[in-house]
Amino acid sequence: MHENPRNMTQGQFSFLPPLTDDQIKLQMAYAIKQGWALSVEYTDDPHPRNTYWEMWCQPMFDTKDPAAVMTEVTECRKVYGNMYIRVNAFDNSRWRESVAMSFIVNRPKYEPGLALSRTEGPGRTIQYRVHSYATDKPKGERYK
Amino acid sequence: MATGGAGKKELKGADRYKAGVLEYKVMGYWQPDYVPKDTDVIALFRITPQPGVDADEAAAAVAGESSTATWTVVWTDRLTAAELYRAKAYRVDPVPNAPDQYFAYIAYDMDLFEGDSIANLTASIIGNVFGFKAVKALRLEDMRIPVAYLKTFQGPPTGVMVERERLDKFGRPLLGATTKPKLGLSGRNYGRVVYEALKGGLDFTKDDENINSQPFMHWRDRFLYCMEAVNRASAATAEVKGHYLNVTAGTCEQMIERAEFAKELGSVIIMIDLVLGYSAIQTISKWARRNDMILHLHRAGNSTYSRQKNHGMNFRVICKWMRMAGVDHIHAGTVVGKLEGDPLMVKGFYDTLLQPHTPVAPELGLFFKQEWASLGKCMPVASGGIHLGQMHQLLHYLGEDVILQFGGGTIGHPDGIQAGAEANRVALESMVQARNEGVDYLAKGPEILAKAAKSCKPLQHGLDTWKNITFNYASTDTPDYTPQTTTSR
Repeated sequence: MHENPRNMTQGQFSFLPPLTDDQIKLQMAYAIKQGWALSVEYTDDPHPRNTYWEMWCQPMFDTKDPAAVMTEVTECRKVYGNMYIRVNAFDNSRWRESVAMSFIVNRPKYEPGLALSRTEGPGRTIQYRVHSYATDKPKGERYK
Repeated sequence: MATGGAGKKELKGADRYKAGVLEYKVMGYWQPDYVPKDTDVIALFRITPQPGVDADEAAAAVAGESSTATWTVVWTDRLTAAELYRAKAYRVDPVPNAPDQYFAYIAYDMDLFEGDSIANLTASIIGNVFGFKAVKALRLEDMRIPVAYLKTFQGPPTGVMVERERLDKFGRPLLGATTKPKLGLSGRNYGRVVYEALKGGLDFTKDDENINSQPFMHWRDRFLYCMEAVNRASAATAEVKGHYLNVTAGTCEQMIERAEFAKELGSVIIMIDLVLGYSAIQTISKWARRNDMILHLHRAGNSTYSRQKNHGMNFRVICKWMRMAGVDHIHAGTVVGKLEGDPLMVKGFYDTLLQPHTPVAPELGLFFKQEWASLGKCMPVASGGIHLGQMHQLLHYLGEDVILQFGGGTIGHPDGIQAGAEANRVALESMVQARNEGVDYLAKGPEILAKAAKSCKPLQHGLDTWKNITFNYASTDTPDYTPQTTTSR
């Protein structure tokens, strides 16, 4: 049977082949045209509810040049090249005031994924715990 | 019909309250000079009067029967501020290209209605009046709900933006599928479909409307197996996943019991059917807000009264009531799928669910300017006979804030359910990517899909299977709009 080979598919383009830098810049240009602020974030913990990735920089509310944002991505990759890095576009207009785009632009070389453990409760219920293998190790030793 | 009321002018004082039967017009229900207040509820009806009944009288009769009137004069009206409580028909327009039909605008004082109660609002607006003999047929086309009245309603328990933040999914439509076959699977087999579809790449799977607690699968068993599937898929993909657990039941107590169990198991979403009734919907909506639960509504039953043009009610009114009653998702048409839906009418439904305010747009079937008073946005769901070969059309017609549900289009994939889900996700992401890159994706849709299929075999096989499937039937619910000036005020 066919099995989906990917194990971390957050973000809006994770099912496509990794975006090239030129493709990333086209997405950034789209966001800038909509008036959205781009930002770069990174993490070593891909848990689905790990909401707050580390901020590489503040959202670039005034940057109108995709190349300038791409420079931030490149700089972030130099330091955290073995972590997940995503680009977010923030729309601060009324009735949204939230993230409008989010896509991954860098992945660790090896992605160990997540574990599921079960604690059995009464009446056949199960309490599930999803956790990243990466977080089993101390912070400094993950994705080495 | 009554014949009293010579001169057709509104009667006042002793003449108005003499025992007997009067035309509705002269009783005060026809007020062509009335200017609706900002706080009035306004309803627009399509009226087909009985032969011999003029349009103004039919409109007045509808106003009367949906507010204070009974068939004969009653003196006890005089114990009240009767003029306030009378609904007022104030405008009648002929329907373009339908010589026996009229659009009647009727204004209701807000104090006729209990706050925060769709049941009370609808008991007047679609109550006795729909069986009234003076009209041959009657259809409620649209309503303007005043801001002050809207503020008494909770609205969607979650709303589109908060839902996206909770799911951590931005910048693309969400993907779902209804488990098939809809009836007969055991809990264990049912959960298998859920697991495969979610692991393959869908965000949501769904119980069908008629899956409750039948002999082949009782509800607790379904909930337990589905949550095993959801959690397995979530761990496999690092994404938040959900299965709409249908909590529809015979009584509200049972419905709440099922919802509590879904919560206990950690589900992010539950679902209900429209056939629950308005009070039950408001009950579960408030429960959902208290319990951080997304609430999906399946519009089971709506076509019994929304599909025919001359009688019943337009689905846009259901959209308004459900945004007020408070649901987070509602099935609202696909344009290209197997179920009824003219593109402009569907856009009218989507705007009604998603926009903070909607202007008058007769081409979309929106007759009134509507301010939504900060009520949350309700996510439209497109479900029924759609497939990945239509992805460019779906994105074009339905936009980004929508859930695209490919039931057969996932489970019926030749390489299995995971392949079906993956093919849908790849098709969607490649289309969004192309749109953002500025490609004319509507024209080049098939090329974009063909290119994406080169690195995704499931997509290629899906395209091979479904590329020629279309549902081209004429819609029955279409706009009545020709640019013109027609008022009989």
